[in-house]
Amino acid sequence: MNPLYAELQWLPRVPREFSDKLRALGNTTASLGKELQALALYGLDLNQLTKLAKVIVKARAEGKSLGPLKPFRLAVLSNSTIDLVVPALVASAARHGIDLEIVQPSYDQVAQEALTPDSKVNSSKPDAVLFALDYRALPLKLSLGDSETSIATQQGAIGYLQALRNGIKANSNAVCIFQNFAPPPETLFGSLDRALPGTMRSLLDGVNRELAEFVLGSGDVLLDVAGLAETVGLADWHNPQLWNMAKFSFSDELIPLYADHVARTIAALRGKSGKVLILDLDNTVWGGVIGDDGLEGIQIAQGDARGEAHLAVQRLALDLRQRGIVLAVSSKNTDEVAREPFEKHPEMLLKLEHIAVFQANWNDKATNIQAIAEELSLGFDSLVFLDDNPVERGLVRELLPQVSVPELPEDPAYYARTLMAGGYFEAVTFAAEDLKRAGFYQDNAKRASLQKQVGGLDAYLASLDMTITFQPFDATGRARIVQLINKSNQYNLTTRRYTDPEVATAEDDPEVFTLQVRLVDVFGDNGMISVVICRPGKADSWEIDTWLMSCRVLGRRVEHMVLREVLDHARAAGIHKLSGTYLPTDRNKLVVDHYEKLGFTKVEEDASGVTRWEMFLADADPERAPMRVVSQGFIEAREKSIP
Amino acid sequence: MDTAQIYTRLTGIFQDVFDEDSIKVTPELSAKEVDGWDSLTHIRLILTVERAFKIKFSTSEIGKLENVGDLVALIQTRV
Repeated sequence: MNPLYAELQWLPRVPREFSDKLRALGNTTASLGKELQALALYGLDLNQLTKLAKVIVKARAEGKSLGPLKPFRLAVLSNSTIDLVVPALVASAARHGIDLEIVQPSYDQVAQEALTPDSKVNSSKPDAVLFALDYRALPLKLSLGDSETSIATQQGAIGYLQALRNGIKANSNAVCIFQNFAPPPETLFGSLDRALPGTMRSLLDGVNRELAEFVLGSGDVLLDVAGLAETVGLADWHNPQLWNMAKFSFSDELIPLYADHVARTIAALRGKSGKVLILDLDNTVWGGVIGDDGLEGIQIAQGDARGEAHLAVQRLALDLRQRGIVLAVSSKNTDEVAREPFEKHPEMLLKLEHIAVFQANWNDKATNIQAIAEELSLGFDSLVFLDDNPVERGLVRELLPQVSVPELPEDPAYYARTLMAGGYFEAVTFAAEDLKRAGFYQDNAKRASLQKQVGGLDAYLASLDMTITFQPFDATGRARIVQLINKSNQYNLTTRRYTDPEVATAEDDPEVFTLQVRLVDVFGDNGMISVVICRPGKADSWEIDTWLMSCRVLGRRVEHMVLREVLDHARAAGIHKLSGTYLPTDRNKLVVDHYEKLGFTKVEEDASGVTRWEMFLADADPERAPMRVVSQGFIEAREKSIP
Repeated sequence: MDTAQIYTRLTGIFQDVFDEDSIKVTPELSAKEVDGWDSLTHIRLILTVERAFKIKFSTSEIGKLENVGDLVALIQTRV
């Protein structure tokens, strides 16, 4: 079974404390509805959905308010056993902001319930009725090769569904949600079943086609179960053993998926669905990092496997825009650098004119997404955020829980598919005006001004459980050290390039202080992310020759922890002053105030923008960041050179 | 897998399916003794066991199960 769909892999994995969190519900100041929705947002399995549903039903029975979840009453009519599906529906609805109440009549009473005016279903005045029928519910008879009879059979089936619909409309006027029909995987002839009239396959094709036409524009809704079954595979959808034992019309393993699809449909009926796709840039919309790799280095070429994967994301974004979804960008980059590929790269499909709001800066993404929402005058729950970096995804989920943030797999080849599997943009109606919505935003690629900082950032950083490891240069790290020295362009104070032998020389020189820095967090090992080289300066001072860092770990105060480590070693070596230089390039504007932020004093600035800074160790007291420190491999007793 | 390991894993599964931390899984335990162990929960239980141990039972094997002891014996034929 395809795990993307069976395990709802666009949703974060269920934490081990799920059951404990469920039991502790109602003990905090947050609203119960919000807490329930937060728990429902994990990729829950059937047992977990069932437990969550029990809590929801109990809270409702006790008269507790489930706001801000929107109430919705759904009657479910089925020819099959849906008892295990019902709790999954309730829990999945909470995921989509809906407080779902199910009206479930006795087994297989479809016609009776629809047509009898005072039936349980009609009396309950549901908001919608879901006809959860499978192909066995239809009055279908094979008429192999007989066109005329086949057409009559199909019309008979449609007539039956229409009669059910009329019964509901006359008695309770609920919206009707019609499932279409997943054919069984078995065929009588093989390929011919599709073409020959009167086979099960062609009868169901016909019924499905007519049902779709009949529903469109009627105010009722289609639930494309046939499409869902095709997506996961008919052989996985249908489970003969479960039908025989308990009349399950599809495999229990797909109940969470089915329930999520029903929930999306109901949410869409209530106007809750994604309206904006906010795209990260580096490694999402192109392969590589524009600030480091430059226009020539990023991967979006056709014919390059990695490039094709990212182009697929771009193509998808353009198609979504065509159907009325607004596109925005939130990237950790200098604005001009981030815009370059849109303006100049020949293979880019996305252009600036396609982007309504373009946020490229070094502030945190939650604050930027807040600015995008304000600029577009849309609620957070209309926003969908696509980012390859799990730290950024975690940040936005934590600080802006209403924004939809799909999990992404390792391989970019599956980004487009995973985004769409999440169903964030589900719509049940279509109007021609929808197509034009994205074009309404004037001043495209606008930069929205940042409002106040979104709170909770420090707590989020602390939750990342970071460990920073400091070591001097060594042979094992050398290849990566050389790579970073030669590749880093943005967070690089002096952009001095050294060859492997030159780095080896620094490694062995007892006068030179070297640092390779690694960072591990709850999402994994970021590897080596910073390199520092200090050379002896005049009179008990160190000159910071090289200070570079991977932009991926910006905003976590790694540079503060690096400074603390440098100061520790400087003190041990009897050093009294650190001197640093900023050599501006066209790529490193980002670090113009690096030394200032760390508490250095500017001592010189020349016409070309070169600045020199110093810090006296006696005065130094840099901020700590919430991370564990490991310092290893240093030989502290250094011989001071005699000038 | 020895019986003790199977019972340990089954205890977790029972507690999960029945949402009841106090369930004690013994060979004689059957549907009569547990609140909420109806035919549908029984199916959910069997399906959870199949997924957890990565095994499949046949319809007739499932039909013959009378108590947990039978279930454990059946699991043992597969793992």
